[in-house]
Amino acid sequence: MEIRIQREAFDFGAEAGAFAERQRGMGAVVAFAGIARDAAGGGLEALEIETYPGMAERAIGDIAQEARQRWSLGGVLVVHRHGALRPEETIMMVATAASHRREAFEAAEFLMDFLKSRAPFWKREVCAGSGSWVEASEADEAALARWAGDGTPPRG
Amino acid sequence: MSLDVLYFAWVRERVGAPRETLDTAARTAGELVEELRGRSPGHAAAFADASAVRVAIDQRLADFDAPLENVREVAFFPPMTGG
Repeated sequence: MEIRIQREAFDFGAEAGAFAERQRGMGAVVAFAGIARDAAGGGLEALEIETYPGMAERAIGDIAQEARQRWSLGGVLVVHRHGALRPEETIMMVATAASHRREAFEAAEFLMDFLKSRAPFWKREVCAGSGSWVEASEADEAALARWAGDGTPPRG
Repeated sequence: MSLDVLYFAWVRERVGAPRETLDTAARTAGELVEELRGRSPGHAAAFADASAVRVAIDQRLADFDAPLENVREVAFFPPMTGG
């Protein structure tokens, strides 16, 4: 389990490739990247990400530990940036490895759902020199509810 | 009891500082919010709608009725927007 909170940019492809190389006996690797995008179409100049150092590592560690208890996983990697990002830059990534694809996909989705609203990061969009805090969405909160219960998402 | 209180995102902006250390008799995070409201107009603005604020106690998410006994650090912030 590797968790990195960093200001520096990273190469998603290189990280995902190196992660896959480190896995032994795993039949499936899933890697997800979150990219800074101009969500409102208002000419995004920068995406500023604030974090709570210490708690971020701890919260993500707890989420990853929970994923390990729910699925039989090989490696888990989470990288999350903070500071000022430009549009199109990679904000964060998760990678999971498992014997079979379903575990790897589900664990990656679980990690993402919880990272969205349970890891201490706050996004601020800067457009035309003026910043506004991104509001948490109800959909993100609702996404957590589907993991309550037996540990698998509902089907259909 | 001496406590480090941290603020993030728009809570930090409204309070006007990222952290402060204070002596408090508050027994819960909710009581601490009541006390903080009286510290400055900025604090009052930050906590005007407490339902919009989340709390972490010693770096773990907590409820507002969680006790502050033996706690060192309390943080207030808006709902998180990671990922």
